[in-house]
Amino acid sequence: MESSKVIHAFYNDDEILMDAVKAVKAEHHHIEEVFCPFPVHGLDKAMGLAPTRLAITAFMYGITGLAVAIWMTNYMMIQDWPQDIGGKPNFTWWANMPAFVPIMFELTVFFAAHLMVITFYMRSRLWPFKEAENPDPRTTDDHFLMEIPVHNNEAELTALLETTGAVEINVVDKH
Amino acid sequence: MYQFSGKLKTFSLALIVVGLVGIAYSFYSAPKTVEEAKEIIAHQASHGDSHGASHGEVKKDAHAQEGNDHHNATDNHHSDAQNTHGAHHDAAHDEHVFHQLQNKPWSALYVSLFFFLGISLLVLAFYAAQRVAQSGWSIVLFRVMEAITANLVPTSIIMLIVVVAAVMHWNHMFPWMAEGVFDPTSENYDAIVDGKSWWMNVPGWAIRSVVYLLLWNVYRWMIRKNSIKEDTANDGGKTFKFNYNSSVVFIFIFMITESMMSWDWIMGLDPHWFSTLFGWYVLASLLVSALTVIAFVTIYLRSKGALPAVNDSHIHDLAKFMFGFSVFWTYLWFAQFMLIWYADIPEETTYFVARFNEYKLPFLAMVGMNFAFPILLLLNSDFKSIPWFVVIGGLVILAGHYIDIFVMVMPATVGAQWSFGIPEISSLLFFIGIFIYATFSSFAKANPIPQGNPYLEESEHFHYYNIEHRGESSDHH
Repeated sequence: MESSKVIHAFYNDDEILMDAVKAVKAEHHHIEEVFCPFPVHGLDKAMGLAPTRLAITAFMYGITGLAVAIWMTNYMMIQDWPQDIGGKPNFTWWANMPAFVPIMFELTVFFAAHLMVITFYMRSRLWPFKEAENPDPRTTDDHFLMEIPVHNNEAELTALLETTGAVEINVVDKH
Repeated sequence: MYQFSGKLKTFSLALIVVGLVGIAYSFYSAPKTVEEAKEIIAHQASHGDSHGASHGEVKKDAHAQEGNDHHNATDNHHSDAQNTHGAHHDAAHDEHVFHQLQNKPWSALYVSLFFFLGISLLVLAFYAAQRVAQSGWSIVLFRVMEAITANLVPTSIIMLIVVVAAVMHWNHMFPWMAEGVFDPTSENYDAIVDGKSWWMNVPGWAIRSVVYLLLWNVYRWMIRKNSIKEDTANDGGKTFKFNYNSSVVFIFIFMITESMMSWDWIMGLDPHWFSTLFGWYVLASLLVSALTVIAFVTIYLRSKGALPAVNDSHIHDLAKFMFGFSVFWTYLWFAQFMLIWYADIPEETTYFVARFNEYKLPFLAMVGMNFAFPILLLLNSDFKSIPWFVVIGGLVILAGHYIDIFVMVMPATVGAQWSFGIPEISSLLFFIGIFIYATFSSFAKANPIPQGNPYLEESEHFHYYNIEHRGESSDHH
């Protein structure tokens, strides 16, 4: 099938890549994916991707962690096994709240950080023993790769990409 | 070039005059004798409002605590103190309230003075840090920061007057300066303070105060002069390097003098009490206020078209600092509280007991204003570059940190006699007037863009990748 054909354009500089992405988008071509050895700031915006919602999930995970910490300290220190530490008997959670603030802080950070990373892996479809998806090992070293699907416009795309400073352009069948 | 408009000048002078009149009135209306003080208190109580009602209770608390203090200070004279306490109770109490009321106009002036002096100083320190870090983003804000530090000169002069007044016993804000505190034969003898006399003595205190002010002002005068010289120097970066070196020296001196200043000028108000992170705590409070003030002046001048090179990313960065240092302040506020709360040593807890009993509302409101509100308002990245949000967040931050200084000073000097009225408001107006006059007249005197700075180009093109600059095309990079 024609649409399984893609063009791989290689770049060796993130600034050139950014300008190339903008040039390709200006011609209204769809960019399937860009593979980079490191994060390039502003690339998502240039590719026209929707803004990430990861920050919102992080905020919600943080609130969850805070709630868990409050529940946990209350259950452990007040309900289940009250202890008198440093002459401060645990009659109510509120009266001992200052002692629990570090725990509340730590669990907020812990939940926000770990769950955000796990969410990121899940959204990126990454898990242990996963086969690498990047089409060329050079994208893990010093090359950037832009993947554009071909719809009977191979010549036009190649010509466009050649003007953007690509160091290598390959047309490949995607399986 | 920016013109300090006649309208703004008149406005600032009017603030100064109104403030001066208010300050003069509050000094004039302060009681001169114990009898007058009793009359004022009786007058307050006869109103029968909620303040009067809560007053008696508060006084009792203050007294219990005072008794506590006494108890700790003179443990071996325990029974003596108990006996004399009852006999002298009423007279001693009236005397005490009289001193608090006499301290009130001084304290009101002192809170505002310290707030504005501290802000100017921390703007200077932040500016020096920018030079030391050789940061690129902030160059177009250099002249704004320099202009704000012009306020250091008048506030230092007024601080000098207050220092002289304290030494001459015109005010009694510092209890350890009272007669006989260091004299074992005196009734006023205080063993704890006497143990600190190697640091807490009037000549040392006065000399240190003068030295701090002198060092800060010398650096300010030098860096301002040489920063303007950079514009036209064209000497292969020689002036620039000199400014870098002098800023390194200043940062070093600043970190030491700032801590010492906070012990001498604030912690000395409660001479029994001490906290090892107090210098940091004062630093955090003043630093977040200083960054807010930089953001305010920048937003104002940009709206007047005086800062063409400042874009939304610069505002965004200032708001990030406001956000970050609000969290930093909260961290120190809580760290200081938690250790004292957990250890529960009477000598240390008196500080918080006084604040919880008599200053509950400002003490707790402060946490909402300085932590919860700015966190929620400025958490979103997009909001940080919108001037409106920064101004609203900043107003609450500034008010919150004024209250912070208020709660640092007032419990020690006026105790339960605090209020927020003519003395406090007129002191604020007075220093706001001085601030506006000093800042904008200084800004008008130099090129708003530091032409000679090698990082100017980088600052002009500063663009945080995640936000869009309003009024520019989105692909501007």
